[in-house]
Amino acid sequence: MTRPVLDVRDLKKIYGQGEATVHALRGVSVTVDRGDYVAIMGSSGSGKSTLMNILGALDIPTSGTYLLDGVDVSRLGDRQLAMARNRLIGFIFQSFNLIPRTSAVANVELPLAYAGVKPKERRKRAMAALDVVGLADRARHEPNQLSGGQQQRVAVARALVTEPALLLADEPTGNLDSRSTDDVLNVFDQLSSSGRTIVLITHEPEVGDRAKRLIRLVDGNIVTDQRQSPINQPPVGAFAGRHSL
Amino acid sequence: MSFYEVVRFALRGLSANKLRSALTMLGILIGVAAVILLVAVGNGSAKAISDRIEALGTNTITVMSTGRGGSSSTALTKDMADALVDPVLAPDVKSVSPVVSSSATVTYEGTDHDVSSFVGTTPGWFTASNTPVGQGAGFTADDEAQGRRVVVIGQTVAEELFPGVDPIDKQVTVGGALFTVVGVLDEKSSTGFQDANDTAVAPLTAVRQVLTGYGSLNSILVEAADPDKVDAVQSEVSTILDQKLNVTGTTTPYRIQNASQLLATQTETADTFTTLLGAVAAISLLVGGIGITNIMLVTVTERTREIGIRKALGAPRRVILTQFLIEATLLSVIGGALGVAAALIGSSFEIVGVKPVIVPSSVGLALGVSIAIGLFFGGLPASRAARLRPIDALRYE
Ligand SMILES: Nc1ncnc2c1ncn2[C@@H]1O[C@H](COP(=O)(O)OP(=O)(O)O)[C@@H](O)[C@H]1O
Ligand SMILES: [Mg+2]
Repeated sequence: MTRPVLDVRDLKKIYGQGEATVHALRGVSVTVDRGDYVAIMGSSGSGKSTLMNILGALDIPTSGTYLLDGVDVSRLGDRQLAMARNRLIGFIFQSFNLIPRTSAVANVELPLAYAGVKPKERRKRAMAALDVVGLADRARHEPNQLSGGQQQRVAVARALVTEPALLLADEPTGNLDSRSTDDVLNVFDQLSSSGRTIVLITHEPEVGDRAKRLIRLVDGNIVTDQRQSPINQPPVGAFAGRHSL
Repeated sequence: MSFYEVVRFALRGLSANKLRSALTMLGILIGVAAVILLVAVGNGSAKAISDRIEALGTNTITVMSTGRGGSSSTALTKDMADALVDPVLAPDVKSVSPVVSSSATVTYEGTDHDVSSFVGTTPGWFTASNTPVGQGAGFTADDEAQGRRVVVIGQTVAEELFPGVDPIDKQVTVGGALFTVVGVLDEKSSTGFQDANDTAVAPLTAVRQVLTGYGSLNSILVEAADPDKVDAVQSEVSTILDQKLNVTGTTTPYRIQNASQLLATQTETADTFTTLLGAVAAISLLVGGIGITNIMLVTVTERTREIGIRKALGAPRRVILTQFLIEATLLSVIGGALGVAAALIGSSFEIVGVKPVIVPSSVGLALGVSIAIGLFFGGLPASRAARLRPIDALRYE
């Protein structure tokens, strides 16, 4: 654990110009080590999604540096960025963002296809990932045949299928009822137990409580950053509520 | 990832919206088929015209008067026609047929039929003009000399006046005089707007007596002894006529039409016609192309979010661009290929009386244009979308 998975320094993001300028991030610095399970909380409009999109290499900051696994993301070209998104990051969206009219297993296979994995191997790994989220029996279903919670678990499977260094989730349970929320969080707990690095955004305290570390964001600034449980042990949630796994 | 897999993605993209893809292809299909087929029709009719002119005999020339109204100094006369039969001055002339023609109403047992071209001539005309008599016989030189009122009618006239009846030896009334039908002409293929079968041919003397009077001739058909001698005949004829008409300057009061010249002008006309048809068809191809452009715009716009997802999952710009380019190309290639097939099938039928003859270059051109349109206008929105930052594509509404 010599170098952090994620290391941002003095990150700023300004939207718009003149009158309409919005300072979404006002100098955020944070490092996340391998195996950590970080929850970012904050009220709506505090800049959580903005931070997350930059961490996921989906957006670029106005200023500041971002080292992903030691690599300066701002220096990467299109191909290398694509490769970083593919190999290093698994991104989970609030709105699932599965590809419509495409089966669950084909959705999960997609990152592997872009990584150049052969079809047979791809199918095997996609099925394994679906098995992790407990949806192996729904592999042939298309997104519109799945419940919200199931769709989000397919999205989680898709995010972890390339075994990325970092799992990012922007309010993964924001669109889900409590039962589905539990299903998805159990998957995260289990992934954290197996040593995955996870950063997720939430505004639900019970979700934040299960993480090993809690960061609070107010108006584009980090106001508190507290450790809730040791980084090298399973998260607290992993001991309870394992009914679905 | 391999090209083959990008093609599979593109196929999946197309099949996700089957009806839309099918309709787009239909647009291209119609455009390509129209271009190929209409050009083939134009080409076919040009072929038919030249075949007919060649069948008409490229070994004849036609002398016509340029003066209208028939002033005696410029009119063609029977006398001039007779003067052209001259073994010394015109050794290459095989036959000379003076021709008068007018429209006339032919009546048989109360049924009227307006014949557009009632021709009066000499018996040599049938062979010179390549108009064989099918049923019965043509009239003879004796008929002509005696001014007997006999007539050979065309197929259309026979069908109109004698439905289900043998017309031979029946009497018809023309211009108040009775004519006996002695023969029916073979069916002739018509080109242009005039029905070549709506005709009747009778001895010159009889027609002049009954219909046209003893004024000027409409034309003189001169047959050369050999197709190679046509030009020689033309100069011999003009020498004789110039003498007869006392022509001194360069402008002659008559005009000599040569079948091979006619062929050249007709071919030119036909080419214009083909170009015109091709232009009309090209417009429909363009419309098909706009269809592809439209669909690709809609597809890319509608799928901008999907493009964002794919980029977030690690798709490089090139792979996304390739996928959409292949989708557009497949639409136009499949549509175009089906269009070529449709045109090939369509060309085996007669269209408005013309047997289409496919021009190979029109196939290449139509296909090429449709593919180019698909690539260009499909590529444009796709490359725009592929360049978007993933987050902007994901936020796109
Ligand atoms: N694309 C954008 N253009 C302009 N302003 C934006 C954009 N995205 C976010 N913002 C603004 O940035 C601030 C932070 O937004 P966001 O990161 O989405 O907050 P959160 O996810 O914490 O609710 C908000 O004030 C929001 O209005
Ligand atoms: Mg947000």
